Amino acid sequence: MNVQVEQKIAFSILFLCTLLVVVPVLIILVIIFVKGAGALNLGFLFEMPTNGMTEGGIFPAILGTLYLVLGALFFAVPLGVLSAIYLVEYSQETVLSRIVKLAIVNLAGVPSVVYGLFGLGIFVLFLGFGASILSGSLTLGIMILPVIITSSREALESVPQSFRIVSLSLGASKWQTIRHSVLPHALPGILTGTILGIGRAAGETAPILFTVAAFYLPKLPQSMFDQTMALPYHLYVISTQVPGIPETIRYGTALVLLLLVLIMNLAAIILRYQFRRRKKW
Amino acid sequence: MKKLIIETRHLDLFYGSFQALTDINLGIEEKNITALIGPSGCGKSTLVRVFNRMNDTIEGVHTNGEVEVLGENIFGPEADLIALRQKVGMVFQRPNPFPLSVYENITFGLEIHHSRSKKEFGEMVEQSLTDVMLWNDLKDRLDRSALRLSLEQQQRLCIARVLAMKPQIILMDEPCSALDPIATLRIEELMQELKRNYSIVIVTHNMQQAARASDYTAFMYLGNLIEFGNTKSIFTKPVQKKTEEYITGRFG
Ligand SMILES: Nc1ncnc2c1ncn2[C@@H]1O[C@H](COP(=O)(O)OP(=O)(O)O)[C@@H](O)[C@H]1O
Ligand SMILES: [Mg+2]
Repeated sequence: MNVQVEQKIAFSILFLCTLLVVVPVLIILVIIFVKGAGALNLGFLFEMPTNGMTEGGIFPAILGTLYLVLGALFFAVPLGVLSAIYLVEYSQETVLSRIVKLAIVNLAGVPSVVYGLFGLGIFVLFLGFGASILSGSLTLGIMILPVIITSSREALESVPQSFRIVSLSLGASKWQTIRHSVLPHALPGILTGTILGIGRAAGETAPILFTVAAFYLPKLPQSMFDQTMALPYHLYVISTQVPGIPETIRYGTALVLLLLVLIMNLAAIILRYQFRRRKKW
Repeated sequence: MKKLIIETRHLDLFYGSFQALTDINLGIEEKNITALIGPSGCGKSTLVRVFNRMNDTIEGVHTNGEVEVLGENIFGPEADLIALRQKVGMVFQRPNPFPLSVYENITFGLEIHHSRSKKEFGEMVEQSLTDVMLWNDLKDRLDRSALRLSLEQQQRLCIARVLAMKPQIILMDEPCSALDPIATLRIEELMQELKRNYSIVIVTHNMQQAARASDYTAFMYLGNLIEFGNTKSIFTKPVQKKTEEYITGRFG
């Protein structure tokens, strides 16, 4: 066969596959947007639900998801980045460090409902935090820990060895080298992991089911020991547990969840872009 | 005779069980250029990395014998690694500026050591860039990424980054091997300027470079120091047979 023709066929197949990836995403987005956009207004975003959740807004669920995502990041990012630094910069290739790395990879494959049960056992019951924002954040934090560690490790490993050597040769200590010559160049990659973590923490239902999520609360949470409503669980509730919820409210809720994740991702992407630009990579 | 700034006594170095340096006894004078020559793999890089203890960053390295740098036993219990590396700067084979601006590259060491106030940074940057003859070219582009400079400029910047720390000794491991012949000659000129204030140890596998640019030459072979002396006499009337074979190009 002619090379040109071969080339064309290969290109077409690759292009088609790429398209096939995009199409479902687009369809989902369009459907949710078309069916949910009608519900979007200030009242929907900033008011409490009324009349058995068939009317009013979803403010408590939005706020709850924000709390939970921020809480999860608060625990997972420092812990994850520090362990990645330890694994990449300090630990030698020992049996122990191999086991730790293997554990992290496997942790990423654990189903989210298992994290939920784990959180129930440890945080809610054993440590006595009850079903609360604290328990939910900790559970979500553990769930996204592998993503954060793995992407931080990759980011640290991709920093050229010569940066470390030069820095040490200029008389920097090991920690100064990490702090000034390695971390700044790894930050964009670390932020990428954080973005992935945000998406997962905001969207998962199972881990918050037993640890924090409330079916319906008439008032907003007052402290981190309170339960809260949250968007994914709320979506589940109004879609399957309560009859007679208007379709626009259901799709509106899905749309808000989607937008919230998009906005948080956007913020992280802008931050990452700023770092890249400042570092003249 | 000038003062000795580096002295090794019965220095052995091992990578694990592999012996890379054997019984090196060497005295290097201040404010001279000393060249280490020898075929690839003979231990030149290993030896210069002893002088600022950069071998510490490689796992499984251990040494026997004594090394004095600027009058201090660098393997002694009181040795201060950070102070040593401040006094003994290093320039590498490939130009390796940080992906930061020209200015930030030079202030990197100053920030680390808090040795100057921020106000003095500007002066230090100007001073160091002037010393490597980059100031006129770069004074309007200090905030530009160092990665956008030519290779020669990058290597000069790396030298300036070392000078900003006010070292006394500069170690250079094949600093010209990534550069073209013209740039190589210009870096050699720069070394002649620098030797007025600094002591330079340069590794090179380019014999002409050693002959042109250095005052003293050490010839190494398979981890041994075969011959050390005045560059002129090493190249005109070497004592050891191996040295003669090497400089006449019979192996290497
Ligand atoms: N990190 C290392 N681990 C093990 N062996 C090494 C290492 N670095 C160098 N060597 C060995 O030590 C010897 C000297 O190497 P080197 O000092 O780099 O030689 P040169 O700079 O003269 O080419 C070589 O045989 C080399 O293979
Ligand atoms: Mg070498």
